[in-house]
Amino acid sequence: MKDMHRIRLRVNGRDHELEVEARRTLADMLRHDLGYTGTHLGCEHGICGACTVLVDGGPVRSCLVFGVQADGTEVSTVEGLSAGEELSDLQQSFSDHHALQCGFCTPGFLLLAEAYLAQRDPAAAPTEAEVRELIASNLCRCTGYQGIIEAVLATADARRWAAGPAAGRAASPAANPAGSPADGPAASPADGPAASPADGPAASPADGP
Amino acid sequence: MLRGSGRFVGDLARTGMLHAAFVRSPFGAARVAAVDTSAASRAPGVAAVFTAADLGDPYLLATLEREEFVPTPMPLLAGDQVRFAGEPVAVVVAGDAYLAEDATELVEVQWAQLPAVTDVATARGGTARQVHEGLVGNCPVDLLMSDDERLDEIFAAAAVVVSGVFTSARVAALPLEGRACLAEWDDRDGQLVMYVSTQVPHQVRSAVAQALRLPERAVRVIAPDVGGGFGLKCVVGREEVTVAAASLRLRRPVRWVEDRQENLTASFHGHEQRYQVRAAFDAGGRFLALDADIDCDVGAYSAYPFTCAVEPLMAASELPGVYKVPAYRARGRAIATNKAPTAPYRGVSRPQIVLVMERLMEKAARALGTDPLELRRLNMIGPGEFPYTGVNGITYDEGSYRESLDLAERRVTEDGWLTQRDALRGAGLAAGIGYACFSERTGYGTPTMALRRMRMTPGYDTAQVRVDPTGEVVVTTGTCGHGQGHETTFAQIVADRLGVHPDQVRLRQGDTDLTAYGWGTFASRSIVIGGGAAARAADAVAGQLRQVAACLLEASAADVELREGAARIRGDSRAGVPISELARVVYFQTHTLPETVRYGLEARASFDPPGTFSNACHAALVAIDPGTGAIRLHRYLVVEDCGVVINPLIVDGQVRGGVTQGVAAALLERIRYDDDGQPVTATLMDYLPPTAAEMCPVDIVHLQTPSQFSDTGAKGMGEGGTIGAPAAVLNAINAALVSTAAEFDHIPVLPEDVIRALAAEEAGGAGAALAGTGAGAASGTGGGGTGGAQAGEGAV
Repeated sequence: MKDMHRIRLRVNGRDHELEVEARRTLADMLRHDLGYTGTHLGCEHGICGACTVLVDGGPVRSCLVFGVQADGTEVSTVEGLSAGEELSDLQQSFSDHHALQCGFCTPGFLLLAEAYLAQRDPAAAPTEAEVRELIASNLCRCTGYQGIIEAVLATADARRWAAGPAAGRAASPAANPAGSPADGPAASPADGPAASPADGPAASPADGP
Repeated sequence: MLRGSGRFVGDLARTGMLHAAFVRSPFGAARVAAVDTSAASRAPGVAAVFTAADLGDPYLLATLEREEFVPTPMPLLAGDQVRFAGEPVAVVVAGDAYLAEDATELVEVQWAQLPAVTDVATARGGTARQVHEGLVGNCPVDLLMSDDERLDEIFAAAAVVVSGVFTSARVAALPLEGRACLAEWDDRDGQLVMYVSTQVPHQVRSAVAQALRLPERAVRVIAPDVGGGFGLKCVVGREEVTVAAASLRLRRPVRWVEDRQENLTASFHGHEQRYQVRAAFDAGGRFLALDADIDCDVGAYSAYPFTCAVEPLMAASELPGVYKVPAYRARGRAIATNKAPTAPYRGVSRPQIVLVMERLMEKAARALGTDPLELRRLNMIGPGEFPYTGVNGITYDEGSYRESLDLAERRVTEDGWLTQRDALRGAGLAAGIGYACFSERTGYGTPTMALRRMRMTPGYDTAQVRVDPTGEVVVTTGTCGHGQGHETTFAQIVADRLGVHPDQVRLRQGDTDLTAYGWGTFASRSIVIGGGAAARAADAVAGQLRQVAACLLEASAADVELREGAARIRGDSRAGVPISELARVVYFQTHTLPETVRYGLEARASFDPPGTFSNACHAALVAIDPGTGAIRLHRYLVVEDCGVVINPLIVDGQVRGGVTQGVAAALLERIRYDDDGQPVTATLMDYLPPTAAEMCPVDIVHLQTPSQFSDTGAKGMGEGGTIGAPAAVLNAINAALVSTAAEFDHIPVLPEDVIRALAAEEAGGAGAALAGTGAGAASGTGGGGTGGAQAGEGAV
């Protein structure tokens, strides 16, 4: 009765093969079948953007895409943005600029911003207006957006200087894993997300002392 | 959080977990003749389908011990009647969330639709159907908070009387994570363990225990990461308790994650209020009297535990705000309608009362021919007048009301707002600057909460501070932060007292088995009450550390100071003893210490203060496109005083987020129902929270007037942004339109309101009054009354 399909995809540099029902959204597949619960669902109709992931480098509302549509693609989620203890420059900037409060919308903003940072001319100075317009893609109910805008601006600026004034398009900032999956995601399978897909969601708070 | 390793309820999974989906009423009001669950029960993956009768008709009861209050019990699942569209009548529990939702469509309900009561005027009318049988006038609460017998005389004799009708639309708190719950039976501990997206874990526990007749020890509620609350999650929903009941019956883990449509239609709303107000002034501009009639459309039920009285009580008791009002009368009613129930959404009536007072100030200034900021200064509780006890019986502790206004006005001038406003006008836009002055009662414990006479009176909180054998510190609190950075601020408070680094202090919260009974996080209470309790417990532990150090250093405990991770003798340059060493000795060399300082480094303390008022002045610059009616925010300033600022970054974040919600209420957000009680704002395409594009940067200036009612000197500040913004924005809109007859006394002001008002203006004549209501009312001097009131309603 269920319309099942076998698909393959790569998530944060790790290969997955799974059976998925045709109607299952990419978001549900990532969260519940593969254990990438960092992708959050805020509205399930494509407005809030909390579920934004990168599919082949471009930002996608994973609530509006079926899992089967991701067959053969390379997906980046928040779990792949940094490895080990260290935060990526963008994540650190979010922390420094108080760009999150409850944190529910944060993964969507991080992925949205990574796509923007990867696609823009790294030598160009970012403007508040351009970042504000970008950030208007997603909803945050806690921060009033100002910290998010400042965090993205600061990261764009830092990458611009890291790339050097004359670096132009050749610049490939070290900490830019998710934005450019074609260059090989920085998050290797070995140091992948804490939520090991094979084990299902790692998040299971202690049931008691 | 930044790595995606946060744990929200929807991220938690259990072996054998079932998923709940609710069958909800499609009608605003209907009799439920029959519910047939047989087909759904046989659907693929379905474990069970429950109706009210299957569960034994459990309900949640929120009540006040007041004669003026009529309780309206909220069944977990509706029985023979539904009272709003979205009310649940059955729950399907299945092995997969998709299958559970599929099966809800197979539950056959025989509905007999009834006429829905959807507005306050109809609901109050004698012929309206009663939302609850026997609820006379659909009025569960009718309070006369103050009643000055001289009032009519004062108004009759006053030099200037201004009046108006002020309304605010129903809005949704809209946390990005909706409500969610996972319940599982723990056979070993004989306990139902619930993971709930809540601001109030202990009240969820109490609700579940009361509704399902369990001892409280048999329920453990854990709030994991919570994706925003804003008051929506400081009440207990029937869904969470239903999931608990289902899990108990099936002895299986059951999870429910609310979707956005449910969140917008079937959770809780707030702020749908109407004020009919008149204010009297003498010829010099001094406030003489204030008279208010307040209706709050509270929807179909009283939310647990606060009841539907929370809005009218707050409004009627606190309306005078920062102004000295010698004579006062306020009547506040809750009116039941066939709409979703209401919860104490961020601000709770204060966005409205501030809007009312700040509009009255503008109207009065115009009638008096004086400057509106000067009129505010004249009437404000001023320096040297604190503590000030108002006509409403409230005592306002020291604040910086006038100073914040002065500073805001100066910044507006110095930062070039006037030039920018004029430039916008030069570009063909209508532009204006608006102000709002207010104070906000925060951190109030049972001494104040008891005045509401709730059967469950919240207010105190309890903290425990423990130093472990390695010298690291764990604090537990009954408050329950969910994005307010309590992990940081509580650590700062405790670290400060123990002389350790904040990184060595961990906060544990949101677990009823781990913390003392507490009241969670709402009403801007946590840093004052929870933080105060933590400070007291930390002081006690600091005393223990000093005593142990005194033994080891052979000194007097009074001479020992704790700083930089060590205990030292004051004035002695020697190194002292590391706190980790003190801890090691206490736990592992206990026998070497005198009996008075043995056995652990820990203390528990409670705090239950009367409350403290923070204050602020907001200013907004808006520009209106007369062609499209679009209203754009260009500048925003907050001069705020929340006493001692524990962490400026966090305070600024709360202010900016709050302002954004207030701006949203002023310009964008509106929950709408049609005349049949159908919610028509069921998606985020219909209900419009602000994006970054609708906001502008918010400048913040801090003043710090420490509170004597707060152990840390801090005042609460979680709601101020939301409280001040609607009034500041509305005043700015009216300032922008000052050369027209248009005047708005309602929120949100939408582009179509502007277009309609300007079109009426162009057409000339009486039509202009459609939007320009207050103008008529404001100019009324002498007799006053509510001449402009009728048209005021028309504008909404």
